[in-house]
Amino acid sequence: MSIKGKACIVGAYEHPLRKAPDKSVAQIHAEVAKGALEDAGLKKDDIDGYFCAGDAPGANVWSMANYMNLKLRHVDSTDMGGCSYLVHVAHAAQAIAAGKCNIALVTLAGRPNSEGSSGTQVRDRGVNLPDAPYEMPYSPVTVNLYAMVAMRHMHEYGTTSEQLAWVKVAASHHAQHNPNAMLRNLVTVEEVVNSPMISDPLHRLDCCVVSDGGGAVIVARPEIAKKLKRPLVKITGAGETTKGQMGGKVDLSYSGAVWTGPRAFEEAGIKPSDIKYASIYDSFTITVVMQIEDLGFCKKGEGGKFVADGNLISGSGKFPFNTDGGGLCNNHPANRGGMTKIIEAVRQLRGEAHPKVQVKNCDLALAHGTGGALGHRHGSATLIMERE
Amino acid sequence: MATPYQERKLRDPALNPGDQPYFDAAAEGKLMLKKCRDCGEYHHYPRGLCPHCFSDKVEWVQAKGTGEIYTYSVTRRGGPVPYCIAYVTLDEGVKMMTNIVDCDLDTIRIGQKVKVVFRKTEGGASVPMFALAS
Ligand SMILES: [Zn+2]
Repeated sequence: MSIKGKACIVGAYEHPLRKAPDKSVAQIHAEVAKGALEDAGLKKDDIDGYFCAGDAPGANVWSMANYMNLKLRHVDSTDMGGCSYLVHVAHAAQAIAAGKCNIALVTLAGRPNSEGSSGTQVRDRGVNLPDAPYEMPYSPVTVNLYAMVAMRHMHEYGTTSEQLAWVKVAASHHAQHNPNAMLRNLVTVEEVVNSPMISDPLHRLDCCVVSDGGGAVIVARPEIAKKLKRPLVKITGAGETTKGQMGGKVDLSYSGAVWTGPRAFEEAGIKPSDIKYASIYDSFTITVVMQIEDLGFCKKGEGGKFVADGNLISGSGKFPFNTDGGGLCNNHPANRGGMTKIIEAVRQLRGEAHPKVQVKNCDLALAHGTGGALGHRHGSATLIMERE
Repeated sequence: MATPYQERKLRDPALNPGDQPYFDAAAEGKLMLKKCRDCGEYHHYPRGLCPHCFSDKVEWVQAKGTGEIYTYSVTRRGGPVPYCIAYVTLDEGVKMMTNIVDCDLDTIRIGQKVKVVFRKTEGGASVPMFALAS
């Protein structure tokens, strides 16, 4: 069974705050749910499916379902780190296609900015982890796991720091038009490569922001979506996978996108060059370069050249990406960027992005996410959406 | 400019059942790998079932303790001192996460030959790290 055309994204909402010390995580989840319902023109009791991930209090479905007092007949708390929400939208489409629910809510919220989170901290990842004794003594942290991927990419393909910097430069061109973005100043390649080195070869400006906030989307059956007076955004293809260390045959030159991309394109019946707008997960600049290659937008190893010289800037470049400013400049709520990737793709398909970054005739968009760390274990998820 | 290697406090490994022999051997200066008696493949990190063929006939074998740097990164912010995390490709063919120690961290490069050394964690466990071989 394919999910092509079986469900639509009818509501999308991004929390405006980037620092929310006085709001609970549960309240932010509920506020984004309310925002997405208002965007869709639906009521809370219309929801019969609910999806959330590890950022939800308790890392289960029932805590937030209880807070919001939802009445549900389908639930899913799949946690795939930052790409969970792309997986949720695909799973919601599957559930709708199978008759398990009609209107599904997906929420994300968190406050890492207020809580002082940083990508250079060793995170406590829980108990019983089989890999932990063989890794934790070496102080793996988010930034150095991605940095090792970037270092290998430079070695194998000749990618340069200047090429990586162009990803941030392009994001800053978009963020200048987003009044809610954390970093709204334009930056240059020189500013990126001269920013402090955090973990070789990644500089401070190669890293995404740490922000509070959240977002929500609502996925509904097409018959319901057609009654809602909003532009129709159909889900036409999806792919999900994980990639790890392969029993010690570690290969950091590619990500799980090499599997999720082709599956999503095949289901949607399109090819990469058909995509008009792409939201690409941007925890770090290298994340974007590698995923652009792996999704087939350019040849393997040529991602550095592809992103250089403003090619990702909407209006002037050939491959407009992350027109909200992305995780690199706008926000990265709960240290998980997947939800905002979907939301900006929905805005583009509806023609509701900022006029300065809106892609003309944007009828086909892709959102791609990564969870975990490219440098050891990660999840990948691709979603293709089409405006009818 | 140089970034001399400095010792830092290392987290203790949180052992699960089955992990003790690896760390017992490390305390004697030996780097151990798991090898599958059915498919003949080495794997790392060590498991009770072969990740390649799912056989449970996996046994500990001592690695030569030499290899080369597959990738690395010197983390300069966040910790009390800079440190170099890396993946090393062992001569047996498997790659392991580790730290590179005992050198100017700015001179580390992909492809350099390395040999195993051992460092103690806060609680006294020995963990394998690597130093430049030349
Ligand atoms: Zn085997």
